[in-house]
Amino acid sequence: MAQEQIDSKEISRRDLLQGGLRNLCLLGVGGAAGLLIGRSRAQATVWQIDPYTCISCGNCASYCVMEESAVKCVHAFAMCGYCDLCTGFLEPEPDAINKGAENELCPTGAIKREFVEDPYYQYTIDEKLCNGCGKCVKGCNAFGNGSLFLQVRHDRCLNCNQCSIAAACPSQSFRRVPADQPYIIKEAYHAG
Amino acid sequence: MTHLRSKSTLTVVLLAGLICAAVAQQRFPPPDFGPDYQMPETTTPPPQAIWYDLTDLAVLVTALVVASYLTLKNRNRNYIFLLMVFSLVYFGFWRQGCVCPIGAIQNITLALFDSSYSIPLVALAFFVLPLAFTLFFGRGFCAAVCPLGAIQDVVLLHPLRVPLWLQQALGLLAYVYLAAAVLFAATGSAFIICEYDPFVSFFRLSGGINMLVLGGSLLLIGIFVGRPYCRFLCPYGVLLRLMSRLSKWRGTITPRQCVQCRLCEDTCPFGAIDIPTPQTPDAVRTPDRVRLAALLMLLPIIMLFGGFLVSHLSTPFSRMHADVRLAERIYLEETGQVEDTVDESDAFRATGNPPEMLYQQARSIHDQFIRGGWILGAFLGLVVVGKLIRLSVFRRQSDYQAHRAYCLACGRCFASCPVHLQTLKDKEVITTIKQ
Repeated sequence: MAQEQIDSKEISRRDLLQGGLRNLCLLGVGGAAGLLIGRSRAQATVWQIDPYTCISCGNCASYCVMEESAVKCVHAFAMCGYCDLCTGFLEPEPDAINKGAENELCPTGAIKREFVEDPYYQYTIDEKLCNGCGKCVKGCNAFGNGSLFLQVRHDRCLNCNQCSIAAACPSQSFRRVPADQPYIIKEAYHAG
Repeated sequence: MTHLRSKSTLTVVLLAGLICAAVAQQRFPPPDFGPDYQMPETTTPPPQAIWYDLTDLAVLVTALVVASYLTLKNRNRNYIFLLMVFSLVYFGFWRQGCVCPIGAIQNITLALFDSSYSIPLVALAFFVLPLAFTLFFGRGFCAAVCPLGAIQDVVLLHPLRVPLWLQQALGLLAYVYLAAAVLFAATGSAFIICEYDPFVSFFRLSGGINMLVLGGSLLLIGIFVGRPYCRFLCPYGVLLRLMSRLSKWRGTITPRQCVQCRLCEDTCPFGAIDIPTPQTPDAVRTPDRVRLAALLMLLPIIMLFGGFLVSHLSTPFSRMHADVRLAERIYLEETGQVEDTVDESDAFRATGNPPEMLYQQARSIHDQFIRGGWILGAFLGLVVVGKLIRLSVFRRQSDYQAHRAYCLACGRCFASCPVHLQTLKDKEVITTIKQ
């Protein structure tokens, strides 16, 4: 160490080589960074589910790194038919069309059914109870308007570099979306 | 390029299909309730604000600056330990281990190979900053900033010495890990560094049983073997070692002249202290020269062999890509080799895309794996031969020194050095005299 200090005025061959390589490395790292900054749209991204390709397989409930999944069911009310016989709310062959737990499809009872006017009912999701299993989504898509769908809730999502649900998604519906448009909300397409 | 174009065609077809599907799905026209009815809103809680990311970045820079100061100037292991614990709490348990420079390798790779992927600037900064700091100040990042290093450092209670040959051999694993991570990220298959992050389940206090077992066993080994992940697996460590070799300043065992007292010899749990070389007559070193010449001649052959080997693993490797798995499954179903369907194939059929398009995409991904396999196999061959060459080159050394690349700048050796202790005493005396 001290030897180096004494000789420090003379630049040895090794020092010169190292200095050159160091500058080369800096240039390389800086160049790559510059290239990527140029390409980057300078925008953070977040994970989101494309509700149009989601097949509500149920993986969202179990593959999230969090104990309680960041994916929850959301409701596009403008698309909802407010059906009395809601196939998102009720079991396929219910004993009766009411709020009885034995008739409900949702395993956690997270869907609230409220009377609006005959014969229409309004369905709202209690997010605290929803576990993102997508059973209601499947039911609603199969026989209803498809107004129930799954979305990553960004107040819960940790935004992992590699989303574990995305890695397990059979329909490849997870993708990175710009952070300023973090949701893909289903919209009604009126034919006429 | 064709691969990208086919992707965009796929998107157009998908979108067209979606619109039709959405029109068809409107089975029950929404009722009109009149003005009294208040339709509930679909809530959209926003993601973390950008200042959150910027705070992480500011903490990273501050921690790197402080770590550099502590390892080069202050030279007090206790402060380094404190900073390390802070990083463990902040980047580990509070920020839950994401985003980290190790994983950012994959974001960088994906951004370089897939122009449609826009890399978050925070990931870019997390990748670049520790490398740049290491290039000037040594591996202060490993010592006190990286939460993965910190969690292993706190469990290191009874360090054992790993034999040199084993340490050198295990060190090659990190290159394999790096090469695999780059290959899978470049082809858009998977982020394996994130999927197999051993400690993230501890930071999040939840996780799959496999990851808990992997992380737990690494921590158990880490009680006896200093930082096994950092030394033998960390893919970012490969880059940091390279930068550290070239670093302008770095932590040293002694602040001044080494007195060869050998007191530091056993203080390093990471096997990173080089001892003075024995005086060897030149005649003894002749076999080394022969070996060096042989290795240089073998280099191209080993590189070719590596490329050949890895490129022939392209078929199993390419199955890491979801499209390839899907194409194989669809092929089995189309040719009647399996009767039932799975979620993946159902989802594919729902899109209405022709299987041929999928097959073509899978083939193009497979080709990428063949090309990537050649490159990475040759790289691994180069690494192995490079390591052997380095072992054959004799370098005279007269003092006890921290290894340029392997030293993690943890500062455990500082207190063992009598010259360092004397310096501290001198400083004390000077301050008392001044007072």
